[in-house]
Amino acid sequence: MLTQAEPAAHAASTADASPLVEFLFGKLRLDSVPWHEPIIMVAGAGMVGGAILVLGLITYFKQWKYLWTEWLTSVDHKKIGAMYIILALIMLLRGFADALMMRSQQALASNGGAGYLPPDHFDQIFSAHGVIMIFFMAMPFVIGLMNVVMPLQIGARDVAFPYLNSMSFWLTAAGAILINVSLVVGEFSHAGWLAYPPFSELEFSPGVGVDYYIWALQISGLGTLLSGVNLITTIFKMRAPGMTLMRMPVFTWTTLVANVLIVAVFPILTVTLALLGADRYLGMHFFTNDGGGNPMMYVNLIWAWGHPEVYILILPAFGVFSEVVATFSRKRLFGYDGMVYATAAIGVLSFLVWLHHFFTMGAGANVNAFFGISTMVISIPTGVKIFNWLFTMYRGRIRLELPMMWTLGFIITFVIGGMTGVLLAVPGADFVLHNSVFLIAHFHNVIIGGVVFGCLAGLNYWFPKAFGFKLHAGIGKVSFWCWLIGFWIAFLPIYALGLMGMTRRLDYVNNPVWHVYLIVALCGALLIFVGIIAQLVQIVYSIWKRDELRDLTGDPWDGRTLEWATSSPPPFYNFAVLPKIGNHDAFWDAKQTGTAYVQPKAYEPIHMPHNTPTGFLIGIVSAGLGFGLVWHIWWMASGALLVMIGLGIVHTFNENRDYYVPADEVKAIEDAHFANLKKAEQ
Amino acid sequence: MSTPDNAKPRKARSPHAKPVDTDQTHAEVAHHDAHHDTAGHGTVKSYVIGFILSVILTAIPFGLTMAHMMPAATLIPVVVAIGVVQILVHLYFFLHMNTSSSQTWNNSAFIFTVLIVGILVIGSLWVMYHLNTNMMPGMMPVE
Repeated sequence: MLTQAEPAAHAASTADASPLVEFLFGKLRLDSVPWHEPIIMVAGAGMVGGAILVLGLITYFKQWKYLWTEWLTSVDHKKIGAMYIILALIMLLRGFADALMMRSQQALASNGGAGYLPPDHFDQIFSAHGVIMIFFMAMPFVIGLMNVVMPLQIGARDVAFPYLNSMSFWLTAAGAILINVSLVVGEFSHAGWLAYPPFSELEFSPGVGVDYYIWALQISGLGTLLSGVNLITTIFKMRAPGMTLMRMPVFTWTTLVANVLIVAVFPILTVTLALLGADRYLGMHFFTNDGGGNPMMYVNLIWAWGHPEVYILILPAFGVFSEVVATFSRKRLFGYDGMVYATAAIGVLSFLVWLHHFFTMGAGANVNAFFGISTMVISIPTGVKIFNWLFTMYRGRIRLELPMMWTLGFIITFVIGGMTGVLLAVPGADFVLHNSVFLIAHFHNVIIGGVVFGCLAGLNYWFPKAFGFKLHAGIGKVSFWCWLIGFWIAFLPIYALGLMGMTRRLDYVNNPVWHVYLIVALCGALLIFVGIIAQLVQIVYSIWKRDELRDLTGDPWDGRTLEWATSSPPPFYNFAVLPKIGNHDAFWDAKQTGTAYVQPKAYEPIHMPHNTPTGFLIGIVSAGLGFGLVWHIWWMASGALLVMIGLGIVHTFNENRDYYVPADEVKAIEDAHFANLKKAEQ
Repeated sequence: MSTPDNAKPRKARSPHAKPVDTDQTHAEVAHHDAHHDTAGHGTVKSYVIGFILSVILTAIPFGLTMAHMMPAATLIPVVVAIGVVQILVHLYFFLHMNTSSSQTWNNSAFIFTVLIVGILVIGSLWVMYHLNTNMMPGMMPVE
């Protein structure tokens, strides 16, 4: 929380320090913690208190060994996926707290009042909100769903590189830890979620905020990239016999395309942030105003990553909806081939549109026209998908279970968000709407209506598969309606304000006419908050009542794809005998032909990987690397880097990585599953 | 990240290396099996040819630049063109890319990569040229 005067004072205190203190603590001092900011102190105390409470409960119930052996060191894709989703839900709370603070600040500071947030704090909040929601809520959520579901859908026993998978997750978690540390120790970036230079350069942002931003994203971005490589390899190399590419479930297809995008574009993000870091740490001039730098190049590069990034998020959500629509309409997905080609087309087209994020920067009419048209072209494959979902429902036997309700809410919400997107794709209109809250409403419309609804549909749909019991439907419906109605109450006024000319990121609004709109928007945000609370209550209540919600069959929704062929939760080896696939909707076919629940006579030993703590340790130490770099504590940074490399090297000498599950053990687990199936029939 | 001897043994150790045949559960068999997937390695001859070509293709632009044989406007495209040829030499002799059917996936991945890199590099040059012309006229290099 550095106010205008403080950077100088801060610098002075750094200069006064003895060389020893400077060596030990870098730029970190006791006054780096904003003791005088009550809001931050309360939030920080809440965070620390919550952490102590959780750790205390784990100790009290003597669960450390369980946690360590079953979760922290696990290389099981289902558990890693579940941990991704837990991380996403925690960060959703953090990011949403930021959202509520912004909404209430604007509501309070639009009627002559000053609100309760000082400007530099408000700037950090909107920056943190964007970074957290994209990188640490949406990304972990979709990657978590991919991890849980995709190997099951292709009939594999784990991902291609199980240890790498564990490391990817813990690197992502390390990034999230850094972001949360920045709340209390020092400050977060003021520079918005993409940290445009020249403002993010040392000259204008001398604090550690942008450094926290850079290193949190570099570390978690590495995790995402490795995860992308892992999942692509899994899909190409580990499909069950008979599962050709054009027989893969659509969620697996969207996972494939999203991960190809990850591998193609995350290096751009890494390089762009590295160049910004070189400016800040090494005195270079890639993006500075002087010394031959060009800040426009940063904007160009960051959006060359940033636009495909939104498709990385939305494509897996499209995959979820495709699975849900087919299952709950009891029909094969309409236009499977069209869906696949539309997904691939979106994947390629997403590289051709990045300039629409900066139409107003001045590239001129010809360039803008090209990117405007290419942006509009993307709505064609997206429209194909929408019609495919509608035609799947047409004459289907629709069951309005929770995942289906989220899907219907998505179709309505997303189509409207898509239309405002096509409107913004017109460069002339964009010149009026650029940087207005109309844009804010548009991208929340597609991200909440698309990605978040997709994640929550997926959560409700696959939760019984992952944990063995359904989520409570009644509370889930409360959550759904609060989200859907809350979303529209929150963002319709924002659309209107955007058309009236309100710009984004205002900590103070001097037009009293806008006050009432901002009040309504705040009410909508509070309704969404009720929806989030209901979602959490739903999970807790369902865990409490898990025996009543138990799914014994492994197929609670009468599903069509292979993941439903396993028990719920699936055994750690997923499939005792690898399935042979002869068509789309492999499990549905098996149920039709009566081969779905035939127990094989004999089992083979199964080859599985051992758990390893290396991924966890490397991830956690990487948070130390980031912290050392942020505060210029060089011994800590270099030490952490050496430890990470050392752990990796030590792991390569570990020859005891795999083992065979004896056939008797497999038989015992499978016998229990078939006994459950019998029990479920009665 | 991976064992020192890299991809092949790693794959054999992964839980599902070629899980097709029921009697092929022994590690040795799985290991042997994994070898079938890998593309053929080059011979000493092909590596030497590739190396010599690379040296020649490096020496030419170096010599042209050092000897100031042509103006910069001609020199830069020539150096870029020779660089592209060198990339192809590396791909063929060192990464063993060719038109055989075993290379279909590598080739399509490569074409996709070229497409994406092409879009980004050409697009960025186009965009940045217009941005610089329109927004920073005073800072454009003098032709």
